[in-house]
Amino acid sequence: MSAESPLRTAPDPARVPAPAGRGPASGREAVLAAATDGGGAGAGTPAEAVRGRAARAGARRLLWALPPVALLAVFFLYPLVLVGRQSLQPDTGGTSLRPYADVFASAGFREALWTTVWLAPAATAGCLVLGFLLALVIAFVPFPGAKAVARFVDVFLSFPSFLVTLALLFVYGQVGMANGLWTDLTGAAEGPFRFLTTPWGVLLAEITYFTPFVMRPLLAAFAQLDTAQLEAASSLGARAPRIVRRIILPEALPALAAGGSLVLVLCLNEFGIVLFTGAKGVTTLPMLIYSKAILESDYPGACVVAVVNVLLSVGLYGLYRVVSRRAGA
Amino acid sequence: MSIRFDSVTVAYDGNVVLDSLDLTVAPGEVMALLGPSGSGKTTALRAVAGFVRPASGRVLLGERDVTDLPPHRRGIGMVVQQYALFPHMRVEDNVAFGLKARRATRAEIRQRVADALEMTGMAAYARRYPRELSGGQQQRVAIARALAVRPAVLLLDEPLSALDARLRSGMLGELARLHRELPEVSILYVTHDQIEALTLADRIAVMDKARLRACGTPRELYRAPADEFTASFVGNANLLPVTVTAGGAALGSAELQVDTAGAVAGARATLCVRPHLVGLGDGPNRLTGTVSEIQWRGSTHRLYVDVAGHPVMADLRELRNPPAHGDEVSLHFAPEDAVLLAAGVGGDER
Ligand SMILES: Nc1ncnc2c1ncn2[C@@H]1O[C@H](COP(=O)(O)OP(=O)(O)O)[C@@H](O)[C@H]1O
Ligand SMILES: [Mg+2]
Repeated sequence: MSAESPLRTAPDPARVPAPAGRGPASGREAVLAAATDGGGAGAGTPAEAVRGRAARAGARRLLWALPPVALLAVFFLYPLVLVGRQSLQPDTGGTSLRPYADVFASAGFREALWTTVWLAPAATAGCLVLGFLLALVIAFVPFPGAKAVARFVDVFLSFPSFLVTLALLFVYGQVGMANGLWTDLTGAAEGPFRFLTTPWGVLLAEITYFTPFVMRPLLAAFAQLDTAQLEAASSLGARAPRIVRRIILPEALPALAAGGSLVLVLCLNEFGIVLFTGAKGVTTLPMLIYSKAILESDYPGACVVAVVNVLLSVGLYGLYRVVSRRAGA
Repeated sequence: MSIRFDSVTVAYDGNVVLDSLDLTVAPGEVMALLGPSGSGKTTALRAVAGFVRPASGRVLLGERDVTDLPPHRRGIGMVVQQYALFPHMRVEDNVAFGLKARRATRAEIRQRVADALEMTGMAAYARRYPRELSGGQQQRVAIARALAVRPAVLLLDEPLSALDARLRSGMLGELARLHRELPEVSILYVTHDQIEALTLADRIAVMDKARLRACGTPRELYRAPADEFTASFVGNANLLPVTVTAGGAALGSAELQVDTAGAVAGARATLCVRPHLVGLGDGPNRLTGTVSEIQWRGSTHRLYVDVAGHPVMADLRELRNPPAHGDEVSLHFAPEDAVLLAAGVGGDER
């Protein structure tokens, strides 16, 4: 009898009818947790058991995050730190802000900074406008070969940037087709097209090269667009411009934001195009880094410009995101 | 304003999907385009809206030939199955869209948007976005948006098929009420649902395989369908292969009294009897057979009876003592409730 009675009265969680409540379930969970933890210290209450499990899950997640973070640190952050440190170590020895003072004081740097700061957003704006118009035509104006053109946009993305620049040189360069035609026709010694070595040439090349980067996400977005909406708008009496403005543009904003931010950052750091076109006349920050580091062996100076360039990229990108989020993208 | 199809033919890549359609919707009339999926209903509607160009034929709105007019100049209201609301605009801006496109004054826009939302019962939702509405509410907004521009012609393409059954019957009533409030608007109502067509339409145009099969009032099509396809698509029908005799028709050995309407004796024909007009027990035009299936449907029993190898359906008011599977029963129908259809017109190709 005495051996039976405790069995009968002992609360048996497995036999408690669970009336669709939280109580018994969590009770059973606690029992289970205690069992799997071997009833060890620290796993006394259900809350502690849960916390322990959460901590272990967190630790496991950290473990998974470790390899990518380590890779990032070794190949990206560490060099960045080196650049930052070098920028504080003038050739004369010691650690000081001298390199910064020197670079900021030079007219060449200020000019390069200004060129970079206006060129990149201008090229981005050009790409957005041109890319939006071209993508509109490809997506919504039925013409034979629209598909082929859309596919070519993808191929174009894989071209190196200097290829486009070379093509422009062939057309508008000093001895290019346009000038050649002009000298042949008029007998003049030189052609009129000389803008390629000016910032305008760089702008043209950057817009030409980067526009497909905007078109790509736009075409994807347009393919998602519900044509029934366009038809509804048009049967309500809207002509094409109103449909573009009020229906297509609002729905393309996220794609424009994505393409635009990508192009902005790429333009800020573009080197090949500037090297091939601007050459002598146009200096941007990446060009300045190149000439300081390779041509003048001024490593601290180059690193200062590099730091500025990185800050500028991150800053402008952040600004762009804020603005485009305000715009509803 | 009337809508007129004048021999309208539409083809996609040489594939004829609308074959020389002739149809006129009178001013203020509700015309249902009824037919199975792929029969060309939407294509006909889109030809009126201006989204497909007929290969030949003309589309007229009133006296005006609109065949070559772009959609935005046709002044038509259109509502489609998936609503196609503008997702980034509030309800009120969706409804105002057409008015703004027509450069209405601000006061007029405010008034008409309010009217349209009031009429569709959506006034309380003006500031919501479409994603914040249920399917039925979105459909109301789509209708309000189409009505706000006061179109003389309203095109509805399966407007209820994205809704569940209960909402659908509610919206059917709403649409009927809207039409009573706007009696001058002509409505072309595309549907594959015979109930919607029978409930709502003044006339039904039955479409099949790119062709217009029949056109008439719901009552005409139901009581005296022109062919087997129409008979089976508008309501349920027993279609029995018979031979025309001097006094009626013969189904196997059973002699039936029906109006032969001038059919030649000896010719093969199809007899159409609606299941709810078939009675159980003895009577004129008696058919005997064995019960192959019996379904209880609440207020009715549906009997499937095998009569000399032909299944006959009978919808009977709920029976106290229903026959069982395998029982021998007699069915009958009144001579005036049967229609003799010429055999070989449509139907049997399917
Ligand atoms: N844009 C199109 N291109 C090619 N074929 C189409 C197109 N639209 C419809 N069709 C074809 O036309 C036929 C009729 O279509 P539709 O008018 O939509 O039928 P319904 O509305 O009666 O279901 C179908 O066979 C369909 O496949
Ligand atoms: Mg359809």
